[in-house]
Amino acid sequence: MEFRRNPDYEDLQGEVTPESLFLDRRRMMTAAGVLGAGSILGALPACSEPQQATAVAPGAKPAAGTHPAPGASLTAKKTSYAVADQLASEDAVTGYNNFYEFGTDKSDPARYADKMTVSPWSISVEGETDKPGAYGVKDLVDYAKLEERVYRHRCVEAWSMVVPWVGVPMADVIAKLKPKATAKFVQFETYLNRKEMPGVRLPVLSWPYVEGLRMDEAMNELAFMAVGVYGKALPKQNGAPIRTVLPWKYGFKATKSIVKIRFMEKQPATAWNKAGANEYGFYSNVNPDVDHPRWSQSSERVIGGKGFNERRKTDMFNGYSAQVSKLYAGMDLKKNF
Amino acid sequence: MAKAHSPLLRTFGKRWLKPLTLAVLLAPLVYLCADWISAVNGGPHDLGFNPIQTTHHFLGETAIRVLLATLAVSPLRDITGWAPLALVRRRIGLAAFFYALLHLLVYVGLDLQWSMPDLIKDVVKRTYITFGMAALVLMLPLALTSTNGMIRRLGHKTWDRVHWLIFPLAILALIHHFFAEKGLQPGPVIHAAILILLLGWRLARWGLARLRPEPVAAS
Repeated sequence: MEFRRNPDYEDLQGEVTPESLFLDRRRMMTAAGVLGAGSILGALPACSEPQQATAVAPGAKPAAGTHPAPGASLTAKKTSYAVADQLASEDAVTGYNNFYEFGTDKSDPARYADKMTVSPWSISVEGETDKPGAYGVKDLVDYAKLEERVYRHRCVEAWSMVVPWVGVPMADVIAKLKPKATAKFVQFETYLNRKEMPGVRLPVLSWPYVEGLRMDEAMNELAFMAVGVYGKALPKQNGAPIRTVLPWKYGFKATKSIVKIRFMEKQPATAWNKAGANEYGFYSNVNPDVDHPRWSQSSERVIGGKGFNERRKTDMFNGYSAQVSKLYAGMDLKKNF
Repeated sequence: MAKAHSPLLRTFGKRWLKPLTLAVLLAPLVYLCADWISAVNGGPHDLGFNPIQTTHHFLGETAIRVLLATLAVSPLRDITGWAPLALVRRRIGLAAFFYALLHLLVYVGLDLQWSMPDLIKDVVKRTYITFGMAALVLMLPLALTSTNGMIRRLGHKTWDRVHWLIFPLAILALIHHFFAEKGLQPGPVIHAAILILLLGWRLARWGLARLRPEPVAAS
């Protein structure tokens, strides 16, 4: 595991818990839940990963490995990846969400995501990789290198929002995980907890939510691992603590609240494809010329702007042809939708 | 089958049932209008971040619920034996038509911006819209023949035959809703369960009536 990324690492060396114990503790905490964790934290203050203020011993300082809590302010450098259109309002970005684990209504995630435990957080890296294991968010994301990218987010339901994400290129994260040459695909899996997610009681999708990419798609410059939005750590309804952002694909191709990254030789199963293979393809690139079987994709309603949602014409690859069209050279995009 | 009811219930049936039903039927529209007035004036509202779609879905769902209510009137009257219920069936049915029509108008006016080519394309190409349109078109003769004058002119038999259309059109409307949603959502499933119950009740009664010997023959 790459603890070295943490600038505090040298200072903490003396009191750091051995990795094996740390991992055990992480498992125990997940099993015991936040309240149980409080007592363990007391015993091992150096490595504490407090999630809620109530669980932290008074005076305890967030230690190595703790990622910022939802809403915590983040510093990110601006980039040239910026759609010129007006940003969606922060209220819309955090209040109009599809996160079916919390319910199918757009307001359900904001209403119910509060219960989700986002710290401690462990991401299991599996499959065709030289570095399998359990990782914390900070092991994957270098918070000193955060950047802001203003991407257009295009939902398969024919609406879009312009969103200022904060995170790091997916390629940087994957580089740390050392996939083998045999890895042709990468699959992402969303957190699943029946107690914390009221939406999973209904079989709307087969849980947990899984999505996947071809490796070259994942390594594309646009593919992004977001840990924040609007300059703050991701709210739970937006996929705290870490999610993917793939602006040339329909929104559902992104995976929120990632707990597993698996490198695979074969094309992975994906949640919406399992729910309706004729409607949601593996690629799901934004394409105004390939309609969803039940509705047109030629235009989209703009959400979160002023006034009442004017429509705009949908662009090929959501306007990102320059960066991604090479990935699909020679492919029939009507067949590979 | 006439049952004795308390005088209070009789007065209620005579005086209050009709206006009360009307008020209940209008409540969703009043709520929606109040929300829009507040939204336009920058006030708080429940329309969310996609007000046109919220409005569109709200009107559609209300139409289906009111349609199911229409279908529930006769079974309820049969079970309770309370005849005045039959007096409000027409206004409930008309309200369902009214909400379905508003649902269509919001779709054509606000969503398609009155583009008739787009509408035709949608109706032809999108099966669920074809189903929804068919349901609404089938409601039209029912609404037009709902007056006392038309009942008299058509005669009860013909009128009954025309209004039998409510069964296929309700099924079409539900299929429309089912396929309008992304994924398997609870709303249409609940509505389908209610419709199956309401149609099942009629089917069971019809079956039982055929099995039972005719009362005339028995006496």
